[in-house]
Amino acid sequence: MKNCEYQQIDPRALSVSPSSAENHIGKRSQRPRRKWEVFPGKNRFFCDGRLILARQNGVLPMTLVLIVVTCGLFFAFDCPFLVEHLTVFIPVIGGVLFVFVIISLLRTSFTDPGILPRATPDEAADIEKQIDTSGSSSYRPPPRTKEVLINQQVVKLKYCFTCKTFRPPRTSHCSLCDNCVERFDHHCPWVGNCVGKRNYRFFYSFIVSLSFLTSFIFGCVITHITLRSQAGKSLIQAIQESPASVVELVICFFSIWSILGLSGFHTYLIASNLTTNEDIKGSWSSKRAGEEYGNPYSYNSIITNCCATLCGPMPPSLIDRRGWLPLEEMIPTASTSEMELPTFVAKNDAHMCTQSTKGMLGRVVRSLDFHELCPPGTPKTTPMGPEGSSSVALSAQPSASVSCAPQPTLQSVVTPCPHFSRINKRDSLHSTNPAFRLASPSPSLSRAGFVLEDAPEVSFVPLP
Amino acid sequence: MTHSLQNLQQPNVSSKVFIQRDYSSGTICKFQTKFPSELESRLDKQQFEETVQTLNNLYAEAEKLGGKSYLEGCLACLTAYTIFLCMETHYEKVLKKIAKYIKDQNEKVYAPRGLLLTDPIERGLRVVEITIFEDRSVGSGR
Repeated sequence: MKNCEYQQIDPRALSVSPSSAENHIGKRSQRPRRKWEVFPGKNRFFCDGRLILARQNGVLPMTLVLIVVTCGLFFAFDCPFLVEHLTVFIPVIGGVLFVFVIISLLRTSFTDPGILPRATPDEAADIEKQIDTSGSSSYRPPPRTKEVLINQQVVKLKYCFTCKTFRPPRTSHCSLCDNCVERFDHHCPWVGNCVGKRNYRFFYSFIVSLSFLTSFIFGCVITHITLRSQAGKSLIQAIQESPASVVELVICFFSIWSILGLSGFHTYLIASNLTTNEDIKGSWSSKRAGEEYGNPYSYNSIITNCCATLCGPMPPSLIDRRGWLPLEEMIPTASTSEMELPTFVAKNDAHMCTQSTKGMLGRVVRSLDFHELCPPGTPKTTPMGPEGSSSVALSAQPSASVSCAPQPTLQSVVTPCPHFSRINKRDSLHSTNPAFRLASPSPSLSRAGFVLEDAPEVSFVPLP
Repeated sequence: MTHSLQNLQQPNVSSKVFIQRDYSSGTICKFQTKFPSELESRLDKQQFEETVQTLNNLYAEAEKLGGKSYLEGCLACLTAYTIFLCMETHYEKVLKKIAKYIKDQNEKVYAPRGLLLTDPIERGLRVVEITIFEDRSVGSGR
């Protein structure tokens, strides 16, 4: 290396070389991007990251069409007659219920269900190191479970190979969305999203309000036809006069059974603080192995369980969808251009080193402030704005087929990593805090009516 | 142009320590207070425990079930959850407090020791990441 290279780099050149490097970067760098654009899961984002949906959004458009068409027919054909013969409140109540249903549905579909962001490479390496140092020296792969004691109950935490982290309790990995979701309930194709910690209350209010709506419409249509046939006409004539009512009757009849059943089931789950996933797998079934099993998350009071699940604090979205990506491509090129100036660095004495370290840390802290401003803002942007809902309605493709049997489609998918069913006590990472014994009376809610088969892991084939 | 020269002296990251979550109380956000051995040369055990304990208390406050959170929940339900468009949730308010506390701790306690706390929310509330910077200065052996 010729010395003249260093001689040529004078203070003016310092300003030139970074800028020439920047020009070089400018050609290569992309416009600043938001984090949702590089999100690793299978999700779709709308409104610049404000709305999130599963990529396989299933039959959400069909759900919307079904609800809108049924209510449209109701308002157009049944309401005029009923307003005339009964009361004007019928369309009012119907309208309120309809609005509530649509808002709950859209909230459920477009809210982040509680997706856990994947581990950063440093974290993943740290966890791998911990697992490897636990002493597994034999040929078989190291166990990937960790046991913790929660309320005197041993809970196994599984390692997620996709997200590279030990899953918190009650978290499950949805293979359709390719995300770990906290308090994973199920993936609902009717809603086009997973149902998890953050949108469970919206889902519940959706199915409850939908039950009320379908029952209300059903009742009104029956009343309508009855009133018509009472006015001296036969039933057939009454139906001929209002054919739309038959369509509504059929739709509502089939919907009521399934929706009411689903509402009842979820009411039971909420009262016992269970998720569909846990219920299906029988995680806290008292039939298991004779040991004392009970739900460690239950507050042992129906009211507290309900309040905690439905009215508890709204946790924030952990995936910072609308945050900006750090422009990492700029930093390596800038540093390589400045690597040519080590001799200037050597000039500084120890005092300047300290100052600069502190200054750098200060700058880092200040730059972190900028990033910290972003995450808390995202929850406010998750609710759909008026422009969001209209764009959704426009983007939804109306499906041709109409199917009226919404089974509770439960897709609790077990992670695709089969080798960790053994618990090697020597190797498992124990929680370091002493498991404090809470006074926990045995769970009183019996599950006799709902105990499923004893299969330890039940995986579901996704329904088409 | 000494400004750019100082930029060259970025303290190198020597390692990162991750404080994992403590699930012994259930799914609430709580971090382990076990003092990691990598920090022994840099920080007092007591200082560390105090930081983590304060964070745990703040998160507990955010997730507390009580009259106020129930009221917020019921109000939200009645307005079909549209109220969150204009109102900041209790959790968000506490998160701001936490961010401020971490910044404070970094300025007063951690940066002078060549450490940096990362707000857990940036890591999905999974870990508290503490970055250990190389101690390049002479005579700052604190």
